[in-house]
Amino acid sequence: MNTSVNTPLYEVFVRSKRGLDHKHVGSLHAEDAEQALEYARDCYTRRSEGVSIWVVKSGDITCSQEEDAASFYDPMEDKPYRHATHYVLPENIKNM
Amino acid sequence: MTQFKLNAEELEQAFQNRIDDEQKIEPKDWMPEAYRKNLIRQMSQHAHSEVIGMQPEGNWISRAPTLRRKMILLAKVQDEGGHGLYLYSATETLGITREELVEALQNGTAKYASIFNYPSLTWADIGTIGWLVDGAAIVNQISLQRTSYGPYARAMVRICKEESFHQRQGFESLVVLANGSAEQKAMAQDALNRWWWPSLMMFGPHDAESAHSAQSMKWKIKRKSNDELRQAFVDQTIPQIEFLGLKVPDDDLKWNEERGHYDFGAIDWDEFLRVVSGKGMCNKQRVEHHKKVHDDGAWVREAMRAYKVKTLDRNRMKEAS
Amino acid sequence: MSNTESTTRENTLEYSIGLGDDSLMLGQRLAEWCRNAPLLEEDLAISNVALDFIGRANMFYEYAVELAKVTGGVFKNQSVDDIAYLRDSREYLNLLIFEMPIGDFAYTMTRQLIVDLFNVDYFTALSASSDSRLAAIAAKTLKESKYHLRRSHEWALRLGDGTEESHTRMQNAVNELWGYTPELFEMSETELALLPAGISVDRAALFDTWEARVSGILNEATLDHPPGDWQVTGGRAGVHTEYHGHLLSEMQFLQRAYPGLAW
Repeated sequence: MNTSVNTPLYEVFVRSKRGLDHKHVGSLHAEDAEQALEYARDCYTRRSEGVSIWVVKSGDITCSQEEDAASFYDPMEDKPYRHATHYVLPENIKNM
Repeated sequence: MTQFKLNAEELEQAFQNRIDDEQKIEPKDWMPEAYRKNLIRQMSQHAHSEVIGMQPEGNWISRAPTLRRKMILLAKVQDEGGHGLYLYSATETLGITREELVEALQNGTAKYASIFNYPSLTWADIGTIGWLVDGAAIVNQISLQRTSYGPYARAMVRICKEESFHQRQGFESLVVLANGSAEQKAMAQDALNRWWWPSLMMFGPHDAESAHSAQSMKWKIKRKSNDELRQAFVDQTIPQIEFLGLKVPDDDLKWNEERGHYDFGAIDWDEFLRVVSGKGMCNKQRVEHHKKVHDDGAWVREAMRAYKVKTLDRNRMKEAS
Repeated sequence: MSNTESTTRENTLEYSIGLGDDSLMLGQRLAEWCRNAPLLEEDLAISNVALDFIGRANMFYEYAVELAKVTGGVFKNQSVDDIAYLRDSREYLNLLIFEMPIGDFAYTMTRQLIVDLFNVDYFTALSASSDSRLAAIAAKTLKESKYHLRRSHEWALRLGDGTEESHTRMQNAVNELWGYTPELFEMSETELALLPAGISVDRAALFDTWEARVSGILNEATLDHPPGDWQVTGGRAGVHTEYHGHLLSEMQFLQRAYPGLAW
């Protein structure tokens, strides 16, 4: 076959049980989303690891770049007011 | 936007610090080119081994002696394919495609575990491969669950979880043979005789002679040395062989009280190199089989693509009208 | 025990073995794809299907073993594996379509389409069987078959409406397999005997729906409906194709070479 045209790569996310988030488990090759979903079932849930599967074309994922990490994450670090620990509770109030 | 520009040396230092600090390296992180190459080599070799390993075991699916054994073996060989897939998937995060990896396997630039160049001749070989070969692989893979590259480590965790069934089913199958008729016992002993030394060779050359070891240890791609892993495998396997009532094909094997380990005889490295260099019983057969299957499947993959293109076109037409 | 009751039990035994043989032959064939599929993902997927078929053979034989304890006869005191491994070709009751070689991927998926479409309706009906054990096996099997059909339907479209080569291969496969389809709708004497009590499924009654659905999919896949000018039968009477004996000699090798041993 013409190997210069590759079968697309899909990323697979599995919800292992109700109440949990979908978690990335790996990837696989398939021509379309439908096929990717079926192969995900056969390749990543052979031991009933999942109750729900997402597949998404790897190329469609936009990622933060490591070299941007400082600009991407550091600005969050100077917003301590987002965290509960930023606030000092009065002595006589134990829980909030 | 603040820009942090580090020079190559600083980057490499930051990278090594992260590894020394037991943090994982993730796909988008900066990494030395040699680290990336080394990982691709090791991970793809690992993936190819899983896939090529389907052949000697698959050889007996049609002849498995009971329905239960047939289902177990089929599920096991299927798992090997799955493990190959997990590992290809992890390797692809390093910016190389499955097609490139497969091409390297087929043109001989990538290697796979040499043990699969030995033939599976009797039913006892199937039990022995599961028990010894997977057993040896697990020793290695357990240590690799702590490897420094995140996707590789995660694939290993998943694989180790599944592999324990492989080793147990193999051992269980051998227990039946070892307790069976004289013919079955002989079959089991013969299989052990043929697979024992190749299993020890699976851990690779002695540390002193291992080409990639030192750097791989520094980068924590490998977590334990070849010799350490081999010794651990021998130590854990000898009691199992005794339980089976089989004889280890090594006259020099004995317990060393002082070391707290078994001593074992010299490995025939000439034999190892002969098979690694492509001159084993099945080297040609394994790669030819892989190529043939790949070529025979080409029209299917082409059809998949053609159908998708047609579907997309039709959908576009529908939307346009 | 009344005469009718014992006859029914014997018929149910034979019925179970026939359904088990169908599943075993196809499972054995599909397993040949494991390590030989057109892409690694498909190795895994098709192996799952093979496992489903071998698993259901096992369930039907288990039931046969239990029935044979009461009925006696040739299967008395036999195990599942004795039934699976120790008969000669003439004693296997599978329909011919299940024993045919795997051919190319088009042939394999065309057979799956034919069989999966049939099985979904067949096991839907069998899951309402008055025999609760058969009904339970059918209910489990039905879930699997629905998934198999989803796969074989999609593959039929991809290959039928893919490239010129895949289209030709699919059309050849449909033409070659068509003559084995009428047997799927033929009632054996055993099945007829079990019908009034609601134990067996009326195969003939499934034909119209199957024919309509398979025609629809062929059409959707741009494939021509074969003229249906030939057909062969014989499986339920133990008259098989020449491929059958070779399948058995490979499958039975160890049990035959080392008789009477545990594995």
